[in-house]
Amino acid sequence: MNLSTILSRFLVFPGLLFAVPAAWFYLWVERKAMAKMQRRIGPPFMQPFFDFLKLMGKEVPARPGFSGFLMKMWPIFSVAAAAGACGLLPVIQSGAGFNGDLILLLSLLEVPSMFLIAAGFSSRSLWGEIGSAREATMNVAYNIVFLMAVIGIAVSQQTFSLQALAQSHGSILRWVAVLAILVCLPAKLHMNPFSLTNAEQEIYAGPTTEYVGAELAMFELAHGLEWVAATGLVAVLMAPMIANPSAAAAVFVALSLLVVLVLTGIAAGTARLAIDSSVRFYGQCALILIVIGVSSALLMRMKL
Amino acid sequence: MSLWKKLLCLGRRKSPWLFHMNSGSCNGCDIELIAALTPRYDAEQLGVKLEPSPRHADIICISGPVTHTALKALKTVYGQVPNPKAVVAIGSCPASTNVFIDSRVLAGPLDKHIPVDVYVPGCPPRPDAILQGVAKAAQILAERAEVESAAEAKQPQVVTQAQQTNETAEVKAQ
Repeated sequence: MNLSTILSRFLVFPGLLFAVPAAWFYLWVERKAMAKMQRRIGPPFMQPFFDFLKLMGKEVPARPGFSGFLMKMWPIFSVAAAAGACGLLPVIQSGAGFNGDLILLLSLLEVPSMFLIAAGFSSRSLWGEIGSAREATMNVAYNIVFLMAVIGIAVSQQTFSLQALAQSHGSILRWVAVLAILVCLPAKLHMNPFSLTNAEQEIYAGPTTEYVGAELAMFELAHGLEWVAATGLVAVLMAPMIANPSAAAAVFVALSLLVVLVLTGIAAGTARLAIDSSVRFYGQCALILIVIGVSSALLMRMKL
Repeated sequence: MSLWKKLLCLGRRKSPWLFHMNSGSCNGCDIELIAALTPRYDAEQLGVKLEPSPRHADIICISGPVTHTALKALKTVYGQVPNPKAVVAIGSCPASTNVFIDSRVLAGPLDKHIPVDVYVPGCPPRPDAILQGVAKAAQILAERAEVESAAEAKQPQVVTQAQQTNETAEVKAQ
């Protein structure tokens, strides 16, 4: 593992240079697929890019004091964390990973949501605070399932290295865990039926209610990058071992897009659940998957 | 024109985000605005998004004849939308106060209080007329980007003054 490999992973593929256009592309796929499912024409191909451009050109009102400074910084931190999470994905077998990068990836995936909570509270908007409180509650609910699923995989393979996990062959346990992660993704990406956080119209725009122009553009970008990282994690876990780098990249993108389409389908077919139903869903229904997953992981380990 | 300004024009033309404000409307125009977003008219193909927060919006769609109660909220919302912004008056009410003309509960018409860019007349106007009005407002935003920076675009011009006065005259004649 040398510096040039690390830089190329974080800056080129699957880092910034790939992840930013991919983020816009995934956002477009999500909106377009949603439109097609509702028999609409949907937005043009470059729509998320146009939105970003326009938002960058808007005027941001002067906000004095430390909270104004924080409101400028949260979106930038979110983008940085989400882009870092994309860069960690072991798409190409370059040997650039290290033992424990799975833990770093999980924490970087959490950071944008943490900053969204902080952003809602530092904007001092009533609606922002309600959105943040909802996001915090959902975070606790789905993360039990999400983290246990990933830990189940890691325990069964006895490693915290992403590269080793991606190279190990899948078992039925792996698919149970992938299913559990898929169940958590709608909540992580604020999609229906778990779109409580930014519940459109209901609590204005949730945590981002007060955010304007470039700050909002950065939040949108961070959201797109979260899409890339979260669907990428599933794609990496599902993908078969491929030595050829370009073929591996193509399979990665195809699998990610499949996940995006599945999540959009779920979002189009469901309505928003209330907070108690959402938490109960993760606390009771989704927990069954995890009990199966983790217990079989421990059994596999005993057999080994 | 620099590349950045060209891109900015393109972005503003292609991505109009709306905030809808009801200033005492009978709900007729509001229903038509929502109808413009439904699959039959599909405003999203123009990049239109109905934004829940005025802070995110570019274009404020105002329906209703502007009652005294709504006036303060109207001015607040207008101030909350960041520059550059455009105002679309939906229906005959904000343009001329329509059948409520001379009512003592009204502070309208709308352009007495905030500058209006596009009038979409009708009682209520059809969804395709609303879409045309929104597209026109997005074009106006893009044209403003050609000539000014975002900070300078503070005083929007009323573009279809003639149309508005005609309509007022028409209503008065009735």
